[in-house]
Amino acid sequence: MKNKIFRGTPASPSIAIGKSFVYSPKQMVLSSMVEKKDITEELALFEKARNMALKQLRNLKVELKKASDPVSARLIDVQMLFLQDPLFLNSVEKRIRTGKESAEEAIVSFSESLEKDFKDIPNSYIAERYLDVKDIVERLLKNLKEEEPDGELGSHGDIVIAESFTASSVLQMSKAGVGGLIAEKGGRTSHFAILAEALNISAVVGANGVTEEVESGDEVIVDGISGVIVINPDEDTKRRFERKKEETNAIQKKFLEQKDLPATTIDGYSVDISANIELPIELPFIKKFGAKGVGLLRTEFLFLTSEDVPDEKEQYDFYLKVAESAYPDYVIMRTLDLGGDKVFKTKVQEENPFLGWRGVRFTLANEKIFEDQLRAMLKASAKGNVRILIPMVSQLEEIMRVKDMVEDIKIKLKKEDVAYDENIEIGAMVEIPSVPLMADFFSEVVDFFSIGTNDLTQYTLAVDRGNKNISSLFDQLDPSVIALMEMTVRKAHHKHKWVGICGDVAADVVAIPILIGMEMDELSLPPSFIPQIKNIIRGLSLKECKDLLEKAEKKRSASEVREFLKGEMLNRFPSLKNILVEVEND
Amino acid sequence: MLKKDAEIINSLGIHARPASMIVKLASAFDSRIELEKNNVKVNAKSIMGVLMLASEQGDKITIIADGKDEEEAVEALRELIEIRKFDEE
Repeated sequence: MKNKIFRGTPASPSIAIGKSFVYSPKQMVLSSMVEKKDITEELALFEKARNMALKQLRNLKVELKKASDPVSARLIDVQMLFLQDPLFLNSVEKRIRTGKESAEEAIVSFSESLEKDFKDIPNSYIAERYLDVKDIVERLLKNLKEEEPDGELGSHGDIVIAESFTASSVLQMSKAGVGGLIAEKGGRTSHFAILAEALNISAVVGANGVTEEVESGDEVIVDGISGVIVINPDEDTKRRFERKKEETNAIQKKFLEQKDLPATTIDGYSVDISANIELPIELPFIKKFGAKGVGLLRTEFLFLTSEDVPDEKEQYDFYLKVAESAYPDYVIMRTLDLGGDKVFKTKVQEENPFLGWRGVRFTLANEKIFEDQLRAMLKASAKGNVRILIPMVSQLEEIMRVKDMVEDIKIKLKKEDVAYDENIEIGAMVEIPSVPLMADFFSEVVDFFSIGTNDLTQYTLAVDRGNKNISSLFDQLDPSVIALMEMTVRKAHHKHKWVGICGDVAADVVAIPILIGMEMDELSLPPSFIPQIKNIIRGLSLKECKDLLEKAEKKRSASEVREFLKGEMLNRFPSLKNILVEVEND
Repeated sequence: MLKKDAEIINSLGIHARPASMIVKLASAFDSRIELEKNNVKVNAKSIMGVLMLASEQGDKITIIADGKDEEEAVEALRELIEIRKFDEE
């Protein structure tokens, strides 16, 4: 069938057209069962594949260390132990010797029996370690076939399609020069999606059901700007996407050339445009995309990829590296924004996790974890370019307690003769409506605010975006959310405190005029969006933005706001049609 | 043969990193070393075995060693679990 269209979440803003490579490890195993050879030969084959795997893991570990990702490097250690596990070695050998299985069959049957055992483990975190085993098994099977690991995930220009990806597979794909990726699962902040964006691979994620509708070799279009996927496009569709690709490439090139020009409006209003960052591999993109520092450093990855809660030293190394990469600009470091279930992997059962023990509520209750993190951040602040941001704040009391902790840590650091920034700024995330509503009081105790529009929208409208039945109610430009944002800025400015935005809305071109109209002080966005957003700001005036905000505030629904702003922006910037208007069938 | 009980004290239990510490330490001894919990016995030199024990904070496990360096082995593992708490605290 021609022109089968899917929609997913756009995750890396470029367009790729190419042959699809559907990555499905299971099929590869079944199709490659070989005829049995003699026992010694099979044992030798297994040994060779195992040694190859050990060598590959050692190399990967070196590479990860170079990319300053010590945490993932440590995960490789665990995989290497699996490869040397006597239980594994004995079982495979026995299967080959007495079970007369081929090396391949022995590996597969061992892994299947192990999967059953792991599934019975009640601790979900340990049960998940089976994924490491699976990773190893796939590697061994590929090695048995003596495939070069670099060629295993599609080749130059391919569009690789899979249920999901690992970070290391995206690194390999980038080396192989693949053009794009499509994943059934994941969101824009999934690690593989962030990597794809960082490595300039077009990506659409969360495209449910796509692997069932596409076969390897089909021609596929991935539009990482709008989230549209077209399988087997007809000539006309293909031509239109090719044109869109050319145009956006040309425009993005132009934007990139002007990335270091300031984000100043025609009438002289300046706003800081900084980057949202999480992974070490993203650090070079601060300068590459012309960001003024880091407006949001997420720290969850340290905790989620680590085998346990990372200690102060490990965190400090990472924070310092980020602070140095951004210097002399600022880095706003957000303290751990996770629920207890994510940190401890088990045990915390909540009926309503989003209304539960998350963010600062969790860290305040786990003093050791919080103190380590705050200490690491303070130590990284010695050069004076670090700010601390507290997530999930709903009460004044929480800020007071964090500030007390910070003051105590400062006293200890002073005694230990460790350098830190005495005037380090502490800010609150604006995610829960109680903060804008009480912003007069909050402004007296915080140095700044950072608005997280995703959560602010979720908590204002009581809509879980992941719930398909109601997700259409979710829009960050809902008039109520706009009102809360504006209320925050107005009250904060009255007390001479500054306000930034670190939610998705800062990368939403139609939202830019109203954010400028509110006199937002800082916008923090995914790095690759920065050059374009800066360009748009340079084409607007504060005066017209205020006017557009005033008009938008008279609209009664998110769709009215969007429709209005879209029209106004297309009038001013005709080239935005490639972003704002989807290419579709006639 | 020598047996000794140890209690898992670190808050996260025996997840991947402590498991690899146990395996690396156990592999340094010649004795045959096993860990036992609720009548399940696993080879302490096998990462899969140790993980499959799925020990959480508060669990009691038995260290069983058999061989010429059994005494040192049992003591070293007990120290790792109860005293060093896998270097987590």
